[in-house]
Amino acid sequence: MKHGEFDVIVVGGGHAGTEAAHASARLGARTALVTLKFGNLGVMSCNPAIGGLGKGHLVREIDAMDGIMGRVADAAGIQFRLLNRRKGPAVQGPRAQSDRKIYRETMQATLSATDNLTVLEGEVTDFLMQGSAVAGVILGDGSEIRSASVVLTTGTFLNGIIHIGDKRQSAGRMGESPSIPLAERLKSFDLPLGRLKTGTPPRLDGRTIAWDKLESQPGDDTPVMFSFLNKTPQARQIACGITHTNERTHDVIRENLSRSAMYGGHIEGIGPRYCPSIEDKVVRFADKTSHQVFLEPEGLDDHTVYPNGISTSLPAEVQELYVRSMEALENVEILQPGYAIEYDFVDPRALDLTLALRDVPGLYLAGQINGTTGYEEAAAQGLVAGLNAAARAMERDKIQFTRAESYIGVMLDDLTSRGVTEPYRMFTSRAEFRLSLRADNADQRLTTKAIALGCCRDDRKSAFSEKMEQLSAIGKVLRQLTWTPKELTERGFDVSKDGNKRSAYDLLAYPGVTFDMVLPLAEGAEAFPTDIRDQVATDALYAQYVERQKRDAASLQKDSELEIPNGFDFDCLSGLSSELKIKLNRVRPRTLAQAGRIEGMTPAALVLLLSKLRQADGKRKAV
Amino acid sequence: MDTIYALASGQGKAGVAVLRLSGPDAHQACLALAGRLPPLRQMSLATLRDRRGETLDQALVVLFPDRQSFTGEPVTELHLHGSPAVVSAVMREIAEQGLARLAEPGEFTRRALENGRLDLTEVEGLADLIQAETEAQRKQALKVMSGALGQKVGHWRESLVHAMALIAASIDFADEELPAEIVAAAKRILEDILRALEAEIDGISAAERIRDGFLVAILGRPNAGKSTLLNALAGREAAITSDIAGTTRDVIEVRMDISGLPVTLLDTAGLRDGGDEIERIGIERALFRAGDADLRLILVDERGMPPGVVAQESDLLLHAKSDDGKDPDGISGKTGQGINRLLERLAERLVAQASQAGSASNDRHRIAMSRAKTAMESALLELQHGEDRTEFLSEHLRQAAHCLDELIGKVDVEDMLDDIFRNFCLGK
Ligand SMILES: Cc1cc2nc3c(=O)[nH]c(=O)nc-3n(C[C@H](O)[C@H](O)[C@H](O)COP(=O)(O)OP(=O)(O)OC[C@H]3O[C@@H](n4cnc5c(N)ncnc54)[C@H](O)[C@@H]3O)c2cc1C
Repeated sequence: MKHGEFDVIVVGGGHAGTEAAHASARLGARTALVTLKFGNLGVMSCNPAIGGLGKGHLVREIDAMDGIMGRVADAAGIQFRLLNRRKGPAVQGPRAQSDRKIYRETMQATLSATDNLTVLEGEVTDFLMQGSAVAGVILGDGSEIRSASVVLTTGTFLNGIIHIGDKRQSAGRMGESPSIPLAERLKSFDLPLGRLKTGTPPRLDGRTIAWDKLESQPGDDTPVMFSFLNKTPQARQIACGITHTNERTHDVIRENLSRSAMYGGHIEGIGPRYCPSIEDKVVRFADKTSHQVFLEPEGLDDHTVYPNGISTSLPAEVQELYVRSMEALENVEILQPGYAIEYDFVDPRALDLTLALRDVPGLYLAGQINGTTGYEEAAAQGLVAGLNAAARAMERDKIQFTRAESYIGVMLDDLTSRGVTEPYRMFTSRAEFRLSLRADNADQRLTTKAIALGCCRDDRKSAFSEKMEQLSAIGKVLRQLTWTPKELTERGFDVSKDGNKRSAYDLLAYPGVTFDMVLPLAEGAEAFPTDIRDQVATDALYAQYVERQKRDAASLQKDSELEIPNGFDFDCLSGLSSELKIKLNRVRPRTLAQAGRIEGMTPAALVLLLSKLRQADGKRKAV
Repeated sequence: MDTIYALASGQGKAGVAVLRLSGPDAHQACLALAGRLPPLRQMSLATLRDRRGETLDQALVVLFPDRQSFTGEPVTELHLHGSPAVVSAVMREIAEQGLARLAEPGEFTRRALENGRLDLTEVEGLADLIQAETEAQRKQALKVMSGALGQKVGHWRESLVHAMALIAASIDFADEELPAEIVAAAKRILEDILRALEAEIDGISAAERIRDGFLVAILGRPNAGKSTLLNALAGREAAITSDIAGTTRDVIEVRMDISGLPVTLLDTAGLRDGGDEIERIGIERALFRAGDADLRLILVDERGMPPGVVAQESDLLLHAKSDDGKDPDGISGKTGQGINRLLERLAERLVAQASQAGSASNDRHRIAMSRAKTAMESALLELQHGEDRTEFLSEHLRQAAHCLDELIGKVDVEDMLDDIFRNFCLGK
């Protein structure tokens, strides 16, 4: 078989792969997406939901870069909830329950309609090499496809092993074979590999659940979308059910603990602490007599139900016993048992900030293969790897994301500088600039960048510029008049009598001050639509902090721009303790900023590092 | 870019101490302290004052312009009198007014390097400098960790991490089953830490006394026997450690050592009404100096309390010239009656004061703790505002932890996550 020439080949059609392929094509690179089956594009291996705290931020950022996850999730959303609605906007996270089928189909339709993008079916078994660089892929049927760069996004398929009780089988995920030849090839690159595990609960037949006995959890009255381009859900909205484990459930689990793959000692991989199996929950928190279980329908015309909160690697018959011990599940039928999966991942410290392997030119890795977990984390990496693989093929500059600008940047920096000890998941607490990096302003932070790069399409460009114009106009209106403390106190505002005049914009930063309260102080503000008012109120609320964080961000930025060349000799830093040298050699920081975050690194030691970098720079320039 | 400051000359007693400020607001800081901007690159004499207009020191001041200083930024150098008390007062003023922040070790050099003010061959010398700094830091850290502060600091860290973890859990796991009282628990912990910080900060002034010496003033009317008393005290068990005579015409200072504590005795001009202009100035000065004293010895004779002095509870009142030794509060410089008893009482008082001393005795720590305290207070304020301010609360806590970095070590997300997952069953 003969294939056309491509700039970029993306291997794998999961969340990382689809986003990577679309991003690469959007930037203008001729892109091929190779995956095992076309029908698998956009499959959700686990929970049928997108977003959440931290994760919702990632989806918004992908969307702000004109990526696809947000729009596909909006189309497939059957229950939208904005988490932390009662807290401030900086920590609110959009989340939606997805209809699996709509998600898959929308993803497939989106990719089929994308210019510059060809989807090919096949198993990638090897790479084409040119010296030490990757120059394409070889498929299972022996055919070869050439490209300037390759993005590998094979998820849990590297040496994947599924465990159900003491039964084990090689698999990429349930019903799919693992990628063994490819895993062998990667091994030959001498990459640092590790092993992780994750699990999934049994799937239930919704027709056998006594829904009328259950407490139900509806979506929000005013659903909040992922994409900046969408306003309302497209699919019919549903509610989820809530049941609980009880003492009897826990007894069943305790009695059968030794038959669990995890507790029976069959699994060596490390699982995420934030996705504990039900076995873990019962053992580690023995005094807790009940755990919540959300019953989430997997689709509108699908009777499969995902019981969120009871992932397990117990034998199938034990799963049935404990599931049936719960309220409303007494007669439930299991459609597919839960299982744990162990897989290889590549230590992400082998990557640079563009997700390129430092020692294998032309090869980019994204998604679960880098030790992360979650669709959103995978897609965000796909975006970065796809853009950079394309940039490399088109001989353009690297495309960087920083901690000060995005959660995407936080994740890249965490992964490449600290590596992972358990599957990495995003939390808002990971972002030190959390008050600036909000889901609501992802477009203000990133869409300009997308436009400048040339990966933003026209519909978003015009919507964005219109929004920005309105925001700047309403900002002017709110700042045009200023008021003395006396005038404000008379109008019922509680401000300190420090002699400073304040504008309506300033007042919006005060606890308890709403937009409606400042309307009388800003003539003309009433003419703006609600979403613009809400946005400016949020911007104003955080304005002071954003200013302050800008300073920190600027110095971080400076340090992030100071790159430490590949192969830099940390032993040449005479004056540093050997302990620090060992740490530096282990972490191999990519930038001065990353070096600064190493435990025990002192400012003085950084100066020394900086001076050596300068010296090396000077020598290079002199040559 | 922040403006930073640090002592450029060595710590400790020296004739002159050079305090250096570098950064965009360095000259502004000079204006704030000296009230004027002297011509560039020229040493000039200036009186440095605090916000209330009180004199801090008479100093020599030099300004260097942007791009023409050793860091390549605007620089101000303050050449102060080398007393630790003066240096510390000026630094405190700079910090409290927010004129600049205390530089990290190596930060000046770093700026010089970044602005191309350092020849790359000079950079070779850096390694030694850094080795020395690292060693000094290591020693300092060791001192903190092995001392009484070490235990406290360990406890603060644990509590702070736990409180931060509770707040982080309430944000990042809002959709999970969390105990209802999680924020209230965080509040209690934060209040405890705040109290501990306050106690420590209060203790620091006592600690500074131990380092820099207690001030004991002797007050009385002219000829009440002050000087004889001073001589008697100084001449007995007390060892004179230095003699700074004649700093002013009217106040004589004697340094001595009582029960191992450094003490400066002030013999003031005799207090009386009237007198000529010069004497009045002397009296004013005596009272002013005595105002700073940790303890006042007041000699009362048959004429009663000296004029202008209102007795305070902490004063030691002595009956002057009780040469016969019958009066328990009596004292006689001439016969030596009551001197031993006085020394005992003095020692008792000073030791009591010294025992309040906190374990942190260094400027960097004090500044760190008071900044952390401010951040914690803001955090507690946000707690009152309610749930929709949780992320601000969390931000203030992050800052508090950051301020305490040097004392408690960096607090990392992973530390918080560890705490969260240890305490709560989270995740689906
Ligand atoms: C059992 C299980 C449980 C999970 N539980 C959770 C959870 O509780 N919470 C959570 O946040 N996340 C969970 N996840 C993780 C989440 O599903 C993944 O992180 C995310 O889907 C990873 O996306 P990806 O694109 O990296 O990989 P995947 O979505 O796995 O996609 C990999 C793709 O690569 C293709 N592929 C593989 N090998 C080849 C080859 N050689 N040639 C061509 N194509 C190939 C596959 O067909 C597939 O399309 C779970 C995953 C699994 C499997």
